[in-house]
Amino acid sequence: MKNKALSLPYLLWMLFFTLAPLAVVVYFALTDRNGAFTLENIFAIRGFLPIFANSVFLALIASLICLAIGYPVAYYMSRVSPTKQRMLMMLVMLPMCMSFLLRTMALVALLNDTGIINQLLGLIGIGPLPLIRNNGAVVFGMVYNFLPYVILPLYSVMVKIDPRLIEAAQDLGCDSRQIFSKVVLPLSKSGVISGFTMVFVPAVSTFYISKKLGGTNTALIGDVIEAQFKNSATFNSGAAIALALMVLVLFCVFVMNHFTEDEDGDEVMLL
Amino acid sequence: MKKTIRIFTVLIFAFLYIPILLLVFGSFTSGSDLSSFHSLTLTNYSELFADRVLLPLLKNSLILAVVSSLIATALGTLAAIGIQALSPKLRSAVMSVTNIPMTNPDIVTGVSLALLFAFVGQAMKTEIRLGFATLLIAHITFNLPYVILSVLPKLRQMDPTLRDAALDLGCRPMQAFFKVTIYEILPGIVSGLIMAFTMSLDDFVISYFVYGPEFVTLPVEIYNYVKKPLPPKIYALFTLMFFAILVMMLLMNLIQGKDDKRRKLSLASLRPVRRT
Repeated sequence: MKNKALSLPYLLWMLFFTLAPLAVVVYFALTDRNGAFTLENIFAIRGFLPIFANSVFLALIASLICLAIGYPVAYYMSRVSPTKQRMLMMLVMLPMCMSFLLRTMALVALLNDTGIINQLLGLIGIGPLPLIRNNGAVVFGMVYNFLPYVILPLYSVMVKIDPRLIEAAQDLGCDSRQIFSKVVLPLSKSGVISGFTMVFVPAVSTFYISKKLGGTNTALIGDVIEAQFKNSATFNSGAAIALALMVLVLFCVFVMNHFTEDEDGDEVMLL
Repeated sequence: MKKTIRIFTVLIFAFLYIPILLLVFGSFTSGSDLSSFHSLTLTNYSELFADRVLLPLLKNSLILAVVSSLIATALGTLAAIGIQALSPKLRSAVMSVTNIPMTNPDIVTGVSLALLFAFVGQAMKTEIRLGFATLLIAHITFNLPYVILSVLPKLRQMDPTLRDAALDLGCRPMQAFFKVTIYEILPGIVSGLIMAFTMSLDDFVISYFVYGPEFVTLPVEIYNYVKKPLPPKIYALFTLMFFAILVMMLLMNLIQGKDDKRRKLSLASLRPVRRT
């Protein structure tokens, strides 16, 4: 078939602009400013381990909260009429298309010490509560920004669950909790896995959310990478940290994918 | 039970939309602080239209989004057709590469491209000027997987006998593509294009690492406002873009709805004679 040749320009593009850049990251991570081989950048990562740990911890909490919130929403969406489903899908996707920078600004206006929530609380005599510049606010920002990413894959898996399976479980005497644990959850496992990674990956690597909502001691690994590239132009150690982040993320994705084995994994991501 | 889930869903949608509504509301009030209400006004909009900084940046973002999404769609559609024709083993290898920009954190993609440009500059002993070209390369790169992943399933759903029929009836392969295949996969191409366009228009993280002073996009500029207070006309711009994207999505919704109906009909009529 000649058709195969049609993918050639794409393959070349990916070679030059996806694979080659990754090789260049490895190159920069393993060399010093003058291009001589060194392992110093890799060893220097040890100093950032607490920040790595904090990033993973916050991203993990945010992902779990997103799953807990997104799951019932996705389930509800998958059980309404097709027209309504399309409308709800649109409403989930719409915030994803809007500037997340400005939406995070709006969160700041809500959570600030003199922000809207504290103003409202002030009316009934509470507060002002410290809602911003702490780890909780960063997790809140992550959940707000990345919730749609968990709803979409969950929905696309749940919509394929045959309603007759649920009816059959009911007929066989399952209560709603058993239906959930024995039918819906096992059938939506791949959506859970893919939703989790789709939140975890951007959350663990974010730098804007922590900058706006976090305090001075809540720097995330994304903040470190940004500073290395934009403020101090220390490309080599920045590359090493980026490489470490990439390895971390690929490891997480690998572990998560291990849970799903090979149940048409590539289709889960689709809308 | 169902009622609880329903109320919960409504609450979550409220949670998603309250900050957006706050920004829309902010566009109609004076003062740049979203948390304090002054008075209703339209001056933010008149200021926006008279603006000499934001609008050119919006134009930059739009040019970049249009060009990169069109190139990515053309390249990605061809690639999807090619990938579909590959042997299963090769196909899964190519798909893993396709997944790299989607699984990698944006910041890593941005950094890796920035380093690539720095590296090529070093190797060629010239400095690669960051600007439109580097942004375009970056945007095409992260758009391609979305196009491919939305075209591929349409190709898979397509009945291969349709193309065979066109060839039997004397079409050359090119004609068969433009007369048959393209109509079957058009919804996938369109949704890939729209997705690529919106991703590109809104991208901040990757652009931030590969932009240069001579070509700044809107999200990058908004980020650079971190140090200064945001001018409220930005909220006006946000509001206009919100409604523009809303309209675009409604259109997409309509196209999809029609496509679903059509597929149901055609599947119903084809199923008895369908072979796999």
